[in-house]
Amino acid sequence: MIIKVKDLVCKFGDICALDGISLDVKKGEVVVIIGPSGSGKSTLLRCLNALESFESGEVTIDGTKVVKENKSVHKIRLEVGMVFQQFNLFPHLTVIENIMLAQRIVRKRSAEISRQKGMELLGLVDLSDKIDAYPAQLSGGQKQRVAIARALAMDPMIMLFDEVTSALDPEMVGEVLEVINKLADKGITMLIASHEIGFAREVAHRIIFIEDGKIVEDGPPSVILDNPKQQRTKDFLSKVL
Amino acid sequence: MLDWLAEQIILHWDILQYLIPAIPVTVLITICSFSLAMVLGLIIGVMRISSIKLLSNFASIYINVIRGIPLLVQIFFIYFGLGKFLNLDRFTAGVLAVGICYSAYLAEIFRSGINAIARGQHEAAQALGMTRFQTLRHVIIPQSLRIVIPPIANEFIASLKDSSLVSIIGLREITRAGREYYSQYFVDFQTWVMVALIYLIMTLTLSRIVKYLERIYAVEGFGSKTR
Ligand SMILES: Nc1ncnc2c1ncn2[C@@H]1O[C@H](COP(=O)(O)OP(=O)(O)O)[C@@H](O)[C@H]1O
Ligand SMILES: [Mg+2]
Repeated sequence: MIIKVKDLVCKFGDICALDGISLDVKKGEVVVIIGPSGSGKSTLLRCLNALESFESGEVTIDGTKVVKENKSVHKIRLEVGMVFQQFNLFPHLTVIENIMLAQRIVRKRSAEISRQKGMELLGLVDLSDKIDAYPAQLSGGQKQRVAIARALAMDPMIMLFDEVTSALDPEMVGEVLEVINKLADKGITMLIASHEIGFAREVAHRIIFIEDGKIVEDGPPSVILDNPKQQRTKDFLSKVL
Repeated sequence: MLDWLAEQIILHWDILQYLIPAIPVTVLITICSFSLAMVLGLIIGVMRISSIKLLSNFASIYINVIRGIPLLVQIFFIYFGLGKFLNLDRFTAGVLAVGICYSAYLAEIFRSGINAIARGQHEAAQALGMTRFQTLRHVIIPQSLRIVIPPIANEFIASLKDSSLVSIIGLREITRAGREYYSQYFVDFQTWVMVALIYLIMTLTLSRIVKYLERIYAVEGFGSKTR
């Protein structure tokens, strides 16, 4: 198991964002997390790379325990790439510089190797012609593909995607999902919070439905999407489909 | 009438001749003290937002104390007070006083510039494995610098004007030169008109340069925030 989550509880004041989540993910598994807004999808992903600290429970990434106030955090973040809804590209850097920065200062790679890696990944996300553009010159879909390339450049074992298409115009959703699909084919372990049910069916090995910080149902797409056992899953799906 | 005009022109020219050698002194004081203020201000500004309580409290006290004391008093304190023990010459004392004073204002500007960068930028950097320091150094501060250029430029111009205060400890910059000219020849109105004009020309020129710099710094990818 590359990811182990046990009885994870995360609170913001009185709000219990995660209320006892337990979850194991195998290497190479693609897990799509669905659930209503505010159910705790983002918080769960953020706990996995220590962007959020948690109340109790245990998170283990490839055998290393995640503790927020700890030196090991940087090591864990190297293994866990994250892509955000709002892209969060560095606006003062060009596309290639965005992809090179952390390779240089965190992975300590040479400029040459970082650039080469960057070009390779820009090829993968089909943006080879934009290497010297600034983020503001890109469309939303292009920005998100750069953000994916930037995370991949660190060679993470695990990729987290937090509603990466929610801020996009509908016509750009496809190009981003296509990239994620390619990654799934490469066997990268992925956790994807998404509202795109059609995409989930296509890419997921496993779907987890969460509500109010709890896992309601967990299983292969054919079960969760077509024959859910829980009434709450059925209700949610009837709303989004 | 013509005679009077000719006389006035010669007089103003004479005053100008007297003041010109003092211009580089004003420029040098301003540049030295402002460089000091930038370095100190950035350090104090970063300390101010540190999660280490000791650092942020120190920075907060520094900022409030320095901003709460008139610059003139700080000049006296550093030259006559500290200068006694540390053996400071006029120039060093003047530069220190103006530099420290402005560092407090710049620290606040830097702090707000850093805070203006969206949280998503910190998170993206951290998610890539950067330390807090690397995040500041490579992601946050470069963006903040561009935000703070206009207010910092205003402070620079203000510090040029405030450098006139160090005339009080006998540093022969423009204002001091004006006073000397006056006490030698007892021409007051014309002397101070010329002194004022020199400052005005310098500050107006600087404002122009700043506008120009702002325009080139408005590079693509900036100003328009990432959505
Ligand atoms: N930084 C925060 N401060 C306070 N409450 C938060 C914070 N982040 C998330 N929450 C709350 O935690 C709950 C789960 O949020 P989130 O994980 O963002 O849900 P989702 O991503 O599924 O929409 C929500 O009730 C939300 O309001
Ligand atoms: Mg969310």
